[in-house]
Amino acid sequence: MPMMNMVDALNTALREEMERDENVVVLGEDVGRRGGVFLVTEGLIDIFGEDRVIDTPLTELGIVGFAIGMAMYGLRPVAEIQFIDFVYEAFDQIVSNAAKIRFRSGGMYNVPLVIRSPCCGGIKGGMHHSQSPETYFIHTAGLYTVMPSGPYDAKGLLKASIRADDPVIFLEPKSIYRTVKEEVPEDDYIVEIGKARKVLEGGDVTVVTYGAMVHMVKASAELIRDRLGVELDLIDLRTLYPFDREMILESLEKTGRLIIVHEAPKTLGLGAEIAAYIAENHPELLYGPVIRVAGFDTPFPLAHEKLYMPNTARLYRAVKIVMEY
Amino acid sequence: MSILDAEGIDKESLEKALGIYRVINEEGVVVGELPDIGEEVLRDLLHYMVRARVLDEWLLRLQRLGKVAIHAPNKGQEAIVGAVYPLRPDDWVFPSYRDLGVYLVRGMSEEEILDRALYNIDDPLRGSDFAIYGHRKYNMVPTPVPVGNQIPHAVGVSYAMKYKGVDTIAMVMFGDGATSRGDFHAGLNYAAVFKTPTVFVCENNQWAISVPLSKQMRSPSIAFRALSYGLESIRVDGNDVIAMYTSAVEGILKARRGEPFFIEMLTYRLGSHTTADDPSRYRSEEEVKRMERYEPLRRLRLFMERYGYLGEGEYEEIYKMYYDKVEEMARRAVEKPPLPRDVFFENVYGERIWVLEEEKREFEESLKILDDLGMEVD
Repeated sequence: MPMMNMVDALNTALREEMERDENVVVLGEDVGRRGGVFLVTEGLIDIFGEDRVIDTPLTELGIVGFAIGMAMYGLRPVAEIQFIDFVYEAFDQIVSNAAKIRFRSGGMYNVPLVIRSPCCGGIKGGMHHSQSPETYFIHTAGLYTVMPSGPYDAKGLLKASIRADDPVIFLEPKSIYRTVKEEVPEDDYIVEIGKARKVLEGGDVTVVTYGAMVHMVKASAELIRDRLGVELDLIDLRTLYPFDREMILESLEKTGRLIIVHEAPKTLGLGAEIAAYIAENHPELLYGPVIRVAGFDTPFPLAHEKLYMPNTARLYRAVKIVMEY
Repeated sequence: MSILDAEGIDKESLEKALGIYRVINEEGVVVGELPDIGEEVLRDLLHYMVRARVLDEWLLRLQRLGKVAIHAPNKGQEAIVGAVYPLRPDDWVFPSYRDLGVYLVRGMSEEEILDRALYNIDDPLRGSDFAIYGHRKYNMVPTPVPVGNQIPHAVGVSYAMKYKGVDTIAMVMFGDGATSRGDFHAGLNYAAVFKTPTVFVCENNQWAISVPLSKQMRSPSIAFRALSYGLESIRVDGNDVIAMYTSAVEGILKARRGEPFFIEMLTYRLGSHTTADDPSRYRSEEEVKRMERYEPLRRLRLFMERYGYLGEGEYEEIYKMYYDKVEEMARRAVEKPPLPRDVFFENVYGERIWVLEEEKREFEESLKILDDLGMEVD
């Protein structure tokens, strides 16, 4: 199996899906000759031509609105938003249309659209190249929202997203585009939407996270074990909506303690939903408080971004709170 | 220097976008070149316009009776039927929400429209939203209520048609208010850049609820805006159904060749924006009275009577025939049972989502309690 980083894996997934199904087209700003600013679509235009790898005029609302039409007709467009921070111009098209056309039309039309976009912080990108706005999409009925944390999942999840019959917001943590390498099978496989992955087995605290934070938590686990004697049961959600409640519940039956980690701001972040879900349905599983380690409720800063983002110290603090309760 | 002297712009295109193309005037007198469209087509257009007018009246009546939640009156804009009439059944249409005539031309019956308006058990859109109509079997997409959202969709659909190598086109309707939105600018620009088979029809009825066109934009015409994106563009007397038909024939032909086309339909909304609106707050009765003379159905009738296409008393007969027919349908439609109570859990996703399954269980438990308590909510 070849070693790949996430960019290679995404590129491979796009190429294979385009070879498999001529309805799959790619569009966005600079996705053609430039191959995308992060090179995820590199080389596709040479294989599939400019009718299938479409450099669009610079408007996110145009990209998404245009792609919705394609999808209604039966194509499977994969629209790139150059940075998720630019998606807000397309928000109306995503929320009022991509997410609602199936419902609005009584099930007569559907929108098999993937909107993929680099997200999250950690590259000193400042406030408009670092955001984690997944909550807006998780909150919107009619959308799937996913975020892979490595090359294997990136390839399998992107393929599953392209084959889904409803719109998928596919978020790519750009800080790990090239830093995480894995063996990625050359054959066709999918990672099912809605299924999480157990990253570490441990009996003391369940940590639920996704995206680049999986690696932060994983890298902190040894220190936490050594200093606090606490073993983490680490879950990578992969799909943010609908999240894999079964894996979380199974883990909580073992640990009784829950920490949720995400870069997105704390207020109404996915952590709030998971905590509320457990409190509402399975309070008996908890020994104590659920702690969220999240982005602070400020704009994403350029200065001190690593202090702003969840990090080992903030996780360490949370583990101490849940263990000492 | 006037716009017409601008260098690098084709003078003929500019005149088309800044002039007003008209075949018959408000008294039904031929003032332009009368195209050879045949008696059959004229009669069809008249019938569709009468049907739209009659249905509009019935929907208003049903709204006043409290049966229909809200209605967007169509009176004055019925000549839109001329734009859709030359389409093929396999072309796609993205109508706006004030387009009864469009739905009828596409084959939707008054009864289907009434079922929709009343969102009864036969509502094809399953109670999803008010005042919108569409059906896949007529290749007609129900419109999003945020105005203009459908413009880039139509361009995307027509791109996909071109990509698939079929010779169908997409036609999209929207109002003058929508031309201020990003959807309009993005949509027109994409159509021009990708040469999509799209016909745009802007129903410029002068009023976006209470805001007149003069406060919406300062461009010399909406067609001129389209021209500036590189689309061939024409401003048409949109109360002249023959001019609308003729322009659409031209536009559809060009779109089928991959040349997107824009029609600004100059018309006037004689009624309120919706039944929830009160136009006396923003425009004068005199203005409406003055504009009634120009309305499209009166004009077509006068033309057909004047030139011998319609005998004495024939119009009244046609009108009465449809009026009685719709009355019968309305009686049936109001008696039909409502949609099931859990209908809104349908069509959110194509597959089952555990979140919705759990919420549906909660909903069913609450329905049992509701029934046990003998309460009705809704």
